[in-house]
Amino acid sequence: MTHQIIMAGFGGQGVMSMGKILAEAGLKEGKNVSWLPSYGPEMRGGTANCSVIISEEPVGAPTVTEATAAIVMNRPSLDKFEKDVIPGGNLFINSSLIDKKATRTDINVYYVPANEIANDMGSGKIANMVMLGAYLKVANAAKEDTIMEYISEVFSGKKASVVPLNKEALKRGADCIK
Amino acid sequence: MARELWKGNEAIAEAAIKAGCRFFFGYPITPQNEIPEYMSLRLPQEGGCFLQAESEVAAINMVYGAAGAGARVMTSSSSPGISLKQEGISYIAGAELPCVVVNIVRGGPGLGGIQPAQSDYFQATKGGGHGDYHLVVLAPDSIQEAVNLVQEAFDIADAYRNPVMILGDGMIGQMMEPVEFVGVPKRQLPEKTWATTGLRGRENHNIINSLFIDPAVCETHNQRLFKKYAEIEKNEIKVEEYNLEGAEIVFAAYGTVSRIVKNAIKALEKEGIKAGLIRPITLWPFPKANFLKAADMPSVKAFMSVEMSMGQMVEDVELSVKGKKPVYFYGRTGGMIPTPKAIVEEAKKILGGAK
Repeated sequence: MTHQIIMAGFGGQGVMSMGKILAEAGLKEGKNVSWLPSYGPEMRGGTANCSVIISEEPVGAPTVTEATAAIVMNRPSLDKFEKDVIPGGNLFINSSLIDKKATRTDINVYYVPANEIANDMGSGKIANMVMLGAYLKVANAAKEDTIMEYISEVFSGKKASVVPLNKEALKRGADCIK
Repeated sequence: MARELWKGNEAIAEAAIKAGCRFFFGYPITPQNEIPEYMSLRLPQEGGCFLQAESEVAAINMVYGAAGAGARVMTSSSSPGISLKQEGISYIAGAELPCVVVNIVRGGPGLGGIQPAQSDYFQATKGGGHGDYHLVVLAPDSIQEAVNLVQEAFDIADAYRNPVMILGDGMIGQMMEPVEFVGVPKRQLPEKTWATTGLRGRENHNIINSLFIDPAVCETHNQRLFKKYAEIEKNEIKVEEYNLEGAEIVFAAYGTVSRIVKNAIKALEKEGIKAGLIRPITLWPFPKANFLKAADMPSVKAFMSVEMSMGQMVEDVELSVKGKKPVYFYGRTGGMIPTPKAIVEEAKKILGGAK
């Protein structure tokens, strides 16, 4: 199975970090991975996206044009990337900020109120991890334990306090998937 | 050392340091800025020198100076900045000095854009500056290969006293992939007895120059350079052949585009069409013989060069194939990236037409 994921939102929503965390976890599990960011005159509030590939096979093109999943954090990202999901693929919509429904009927669509959940947890910044939790529940691109292992490595010492918050965010996201 | 996720630009910079590069002179431009940024942090830690010059022209002439003193030195830039460096690159080639120049190509001409492109192929392989000279041009298709080639580039440069260019594109610079900094086999290199480091007891002082005012002397110099280039062509060609056996169509692609082509080859296979790929890793010297050999294969009906340009490497493919089989081209440019699907459709069009 080759997971080809597009993650998109506006600058500051943590879509680049979300992609990197997933790629790092894939690597930890011994898979082949790539992470390709959109780059350019990006700024906070502008649009940002990254393409992540996790595969047992060597990664071919690092570009994702036929996504097995798309995670969209804001409305422009839904408009831009809904068409790139393959039939039968998964689309994760941040329903806190996107009031529109998906138009495709040949894909699985999951609505996750990521910002509401994150705010409820006391940190709006963690919305990306809520979305990632929802994604991981559906697609087995990486194990939650591996994600947490990586996060514990990154946030050590004084920053270790955010580790349980991340774990909780992944769980709350996963709980959105019925 | 385990595999770690590295961003291309930073991995290229670290590879250079691992290869003994201790001097870097550059000027910022997207999409290669992480190279100088990383060098500015790491080179002082290694006792080296990072300097952000006042311009690309100054930077390449600082490279000229450091190379003349026998140091391992690198500069990096992206397309418009590499254009500015061409005068200096020609001087360095003329003076026969080793150095490594990284070009993380963006769309052109002019200021163009900042997205990935391969439209500097002609500039890199045909001599972007004036005069009869060649750079060795290495085109990695992954971050791991970039890391390996950068390390080898310094050895090639020293072995032949010639500038070596790493030709990547914005994707190579910006993406992250797993990397292992494996030791690239080190070559036996001649001592740099020519370096301008002071007399040190020698009788004659070393002079490094690219001025040959007497035309006869200048011609002899050129002929000598070309003997060296012939040696490089004999010894240094690197190429990957992929899926050639029984192929009806043979793609030519380098760098990141070759990976998109590999996806297309798999998709074609599902439709019962056998396709192969010749991926030049050295763009100069160009793997002409591999193309000629493929042209003689009875199964091969056509070649197709796929590039992020309006068609540059395709000319070398045509020259190599010597008219034995038709050569087609498909490309996107200006920062647009070809999709596997579009390549599949183009290939089917060609094969349909050939029947």
